[in-house]
Amino acid sequence: MKTLVWVEHEGGNVKDSTLSAITAAAKLGEVHLLVAGQDVGGVAAAAAKIAGVGKVHVADAAAYANALPENVAPLVVELMGHYDAFVAPATANGKNIAPRVAALLDVMQISEILSVESADTFTRPTYAGNAIATVQSSDAKKVITVRGTAFAKAEREGGSGSIEAVSGAGDAGLSSFVGAEISKSERPELTSAKIIVSGGRALQNSENFHTIIEPLADKLGAAVGASRAAVDAGYVPNDYQVGQTGKIVAPEIYVAVGISGAIQHLAGMKDSKTIIAINKDEEAPIFQVADYGLVADLFKAVPELTGKL
Amino acid sequence: MKILVPVKRVIDYNVKPRVKMDGTGVDLANVKMSMNPFDEIAVEEAIRLKEKGVATEIIAVSIGEQKAQETLRTALAMGADRAILVVSETEVEPLGVAKILAKIVAEEGPGMVILGKQAIDDDSNQVGQMLAALTGRPQGTFASKIEIDGDSIKVTREVDGGLETVSLKSPAIVTTDLRLNEPRYASLPNIMKAKSKPLAQKTPADYGVDVTPRLKTLKVAEPPKRSAGVKVADVDELVAKLKAMGVAA
Ligand SMILES: Cc1cc2nc3c(=O)[nH]c(=O)nc-3n(C[C@H](O)[C@H](O)[C@H](O)COP(=O)(O)OP(=O)(O)OC[C@H]3O[C@@H](n4cnc5c(N)ncnc54)[C@H](O)[C@@H]3O)c2cc1C
Ligand SMILES: Nc1ncnc2c1ncn2[C@@H]1O[C@H](COP(=O)(O)O)[C@@H](O)[C@H]1O
Repeated sequence: MKTLVWVEHEGGNVKDSTLSAITAAAKLGEVHLLVAGQDVGGVAAAAAKIAGVGKVHVADAAAYANALPENVAPLVVELMGHYDAFVAPATANGKNIAPRVAALLDVMQISEILSVESADTFTRPTYAGNAIATVQSSDAKKVITVRGTAFAKAEREGGSGSIEAVSGAGDAGLSSFVGAEISKSERPELTSAKIIVSGGRALQNSENFHTIIEPLADKLGAAVGASRAAVDAGYVPNDYQVGQTGKIVAPEIYVAVGISGAIQHLAGMKDSKTIIAINKDEEAPIFQVADYGLVADLFKAVPELTGKL
Repeated sequence: MKILVPVKRVIDYNVKPRVKMDGTGVDLANVKMSMNPFDEIAVEEAIRLKEKGVATEIIAVSIGEQKAQETLRTALAMGADRAILVVSETEVEPLGVAKILAKIVAEEGPGMVILGKQAIDDDSNQVGQMLAALTGRPQGTFASKIEIDGDSIKVTREVDGGLETVSLKSPAIVTTDLRLNEPRYASLPNIMKAKSKPLAQKTPADYGVDVTPRLKTLKVAEPPKRSAGVKVADVDELVAKLKAMGVAA
C-alpha cells in the first residue's frame, strides 16, 4: 500500500503529531508526505529526513499558507490518484481537512485510530473512550486520522526522501484567513509534555491559576492544562482544555488539581502513565483512576507541595 | 435566510456508557438519551441569529430512529420552526448523513448550516466537513463566535494553539464548539407549542442516498481498566512518591 501523510508544521518545523501519524502510516506500507504552505522549502527538507519517508510533495503557495481545508483538500484529492490511503494527525487542522478529503473521495473516514490491525482494520475510541471499536473499512481508499498518543514518534533523522514540487489548483476562493490569537507560553506544549498540572473549577479564578497551579508547574517543568469548567469560566484559554472534546494527553505524570473527573475529562488523560489527584472530596471520581490521591484543600496542599519540591 | 440545524439523538452526556457483554456495541437499552450537546449549541446559535433578524426560518433535521422525533421536538421547543426526520432504524454513518444533508441543502437552500463539531457517541467529528465538501461550500469548524458580515461569515475557531478567525463566503457550513453559547432550556409553554409545529418524515431512499455502511464494526471492547491506586496521607508522602519517580530534587 502507498500512503500519503499530510504534514502539519509550525514555524518551519514538522509537528510531533505528524511524526506519530507517520509511524501509523508506515504500518500500512510505503509513506509519502505532503507539505503544503507558503515558503515551506525548509519544512520539506526537514520532512525528507524523517526516517522511512519515500517522497515529499511540496505545494508552496500563498493559498496553502493557513491550512485552509477549502484549498488543501482538493490538492490532496489530486494526489490521491497515486495512493491507497490518506493519513493526517488528529489535530484541529487534521480534523478540519481529512473529512473534507474523505467526502470528496466518497470514503468513510476512520477517525482517531489507536492501532492498525491490518490494511483495512483499525481500532478507534468511541463514547469518550469508554468503548474501543475495531472497525473494518470496505472503501477502496482509506482516509484516517491518527491519535498522537497512541503511536511512537518517527525519528526526525535517518531518511532520505526525494522532494517533488506540486502546484494544485490554489485558492478555491471560498475562504480566507483573517488572523489568530495564539497563546504564548514558555512552558512545554500540552500534547508533548512529560508532566502536566491541570486545574479545575475549584481554582475559582484565573489569578489562582497564576499563584497556585503555575508555580507547581514551573517546579516540575510541566505544561498547564485545565478542565472544561475552568476554561468555560474564563480562568484559562480554550487550548488548555483536556478531554473528549479538548486535547488528548498521555504524559508520564498528570496532576489533576480540583478536578472532579467527569468521563469527558478522563477521556483526555486516562492514558497518562501516573495520575496524581488532589481533591477535597474523597468520593471524587478522579480518585478511581488516580495512582496517588491526596484528599486535601488545594489552597493549602498545592503551595505546600510546591514549597517542598 | 434559512438556517438548517442537524441534530443527533445520542446517549445523555451524564450517563456512563457500558459496553455490552457480547462485544457488539454499547448498551443503550433503558439508557437516557438526549440531543447531542454540541447540537444544542447549534440550535441556540440559530435561534439567536433569528432573534437578531438575520435568520428567517430554522429547520432542524435528524437522521435516525423514530425516537429521534423527541430530539426534534426539543429543537422545536427551543425555537426551531419546523423539522425533518429522515427515518433509518439502522445507524447511518457520517458519510451517509452528510449525503442526505447535502440533498436537503439542495432542496431548502439554507444560507447557513450549523452542526455540532462532534457527536459524543461515535466521536467522529466528520459530518460538517463532509457536508461542506459535498456542497462545495466553505467550512468554519469548531466555532466559538459567528459574525455575519454582508455576504461573508466570520468564524472564530477553537484551534490547538488558541483561536483563529476565518472569513467564509456565504453560504457556509459551521460547526459549534463548547464556548459558542450557552443553550437555553425550553419553557413549558414552548414545549406545548412545539407539539403542533410541522415535522416531516422522510427516508434515505426519498433522497436517493445509499446509506450502506462502509465500516464494519467487528468488535467493541472496554478500554484497559485503570485501577484506583492509593491515597497518600499528606503532602510529605506525595513528595516522597514524586521523588521515587525521579521527579524534583
Ligand atoms: C459535550 C461535552 C463535552 C465536554 N468536554 C469536556 C472536555 O473535553 N474536558 C473536560 O474537562 N470536561 C468536558 N466536559 C465537561 C465535564 O462534563 C465536566 O463538567 C467538567 O470536566 C467538570 O470540570 P471540573 O472537574 O473542573 O469541575 P467540577 O466537576 O465542578 O469539579 C470541581 C472539583 O473540585 C473539588 N474542589 C472544590 N474545592 C476544592 C478545594 N478547595 N480543594 C480541592 N478540591 C476542591 C470538588 O470536590 C470537585 O471534585 C464536557 C461536557 C460536555 C457536555
Ligand atoms: N444522525 C444524525 N442526524 C442529524 N445530525 C447528525 C447526525 N449525525 C451527525 N449529525 C450532525 O453532525 C455533527 C457531527 O457528527 P459526527 O461527525 O458524527 O461526530 C453532529 O453534531 C450533528 O450536528
